[in-house]
Amino acid sequence: MVTKEEIIEIIFKSIDEINEQNETHLVKNEKTKLFGRDSDLDSLGLVNLIVSVEENINDQFNVSISIVDEKALSQKNSPFKSVESLTGYLMLLLNQ
Amino acid sequence: MLITGTRKGIGKYLAGYYLQKGFLVIGCSRGESDLVHENYQHYCLDVSDESEVKKLFTGIRKSYGRLDVLINNAGVASMNHSLLTPISTVRKILDTNVVGNFLFSRESAKIMKIHNFGRIVNFVTFAIPFKLEGEAIYAASKAAVITLTEILNKEYMPFNITVNAVSPPAVQTDLVRGVTDDKMERLLKKQTIHRYGTPEEVCSVIDFFIQPGNEMINGQVIYMGGV
Repeated sequence: MVTKEEIIEIIFKSIDEINEQNETHLVKNEKTKLFGRDSDLDSLGLVNLIVSVEENINDQFNVSISIVDEKALSQKNSPFKSVESLTGYLMLLLNQ
Repeated sequence: MLITGTRKGIGKYLAGYYLQKGFLVIGCSRGESDLVHENYQHYCLDVSDESEVKKLFTGIRKSYGRLDVLINNAGVASMNHSLLTPISTVRKILDTNVVGNFLFSRESAKIMKIHNFGRIVNFVTFAIPFKLEGEAIYAASKAAVITLTEILNKEYMPFNITVNAVSPPAVQTDLVRGVTDDKMERLLKKQTIHRYGTPEEVCSVIDFFIQPGNEMINGQVIYMGGV
């Protein structure tokens, strides 16, 4: 069972990587927006973040996942809206 | 460097050629390879099998942490009238030529972007501009590869990854083994250079695409043989 804390830690690690690579200042907070007008990330930044989260999950849990799949796209509320929603979606994905 | 379809044909030649040039080459194909070299590593997989492909790329990322060049060489063809082409053949061609190409490009770009550099070379065919009868599905699958080349080069450019394609001239490989001599003769006459090409000549185009200084060469398709 993957815990919420473990997932948040992975997302924060990826945020650090993205901030370093792209000179963005994405805040490591559950409320941080990842997508939309209120987000510091542009669309390419979001792509980079998702790829980084996939890699960090692979490194930590030795599982290869595709975060963007039909399930993610069919969610009523986008999992990519904020750190919080992404955490919730990853919990679902990794613990199914 | 990663080359798909290295068990035989041009892919095998390319692996040997780039090993000789000092590259560390990772190859793959459905079957085992008889290529033995200290700088060669072979994976047996179906290029359209996402979980197998992802395992290969996890291996590359964890072992080397980088990938500079992908040569999407793996391809299958079927020379048949469309009325005699079973859907299983259609699916096989689309899986290998389109799905495989997309999967390898996507996973390569994820690793290439770590170092902000990459070169992807795709293989297409003169069957598209010549509109060859009997090659409807093969040509359609490669037309899709041209579209991938033209769009992925835009998507990957922020990571300094170029995507180009080469259309080899008629080369005597397994791919054309089932084609009759007179049909091949007619085909050669359609090219402005009326002879078979060689794998060396194909390599010279790939060398051009993958040169580190050739960042401006992007989203291009080079048809060899004078098409």
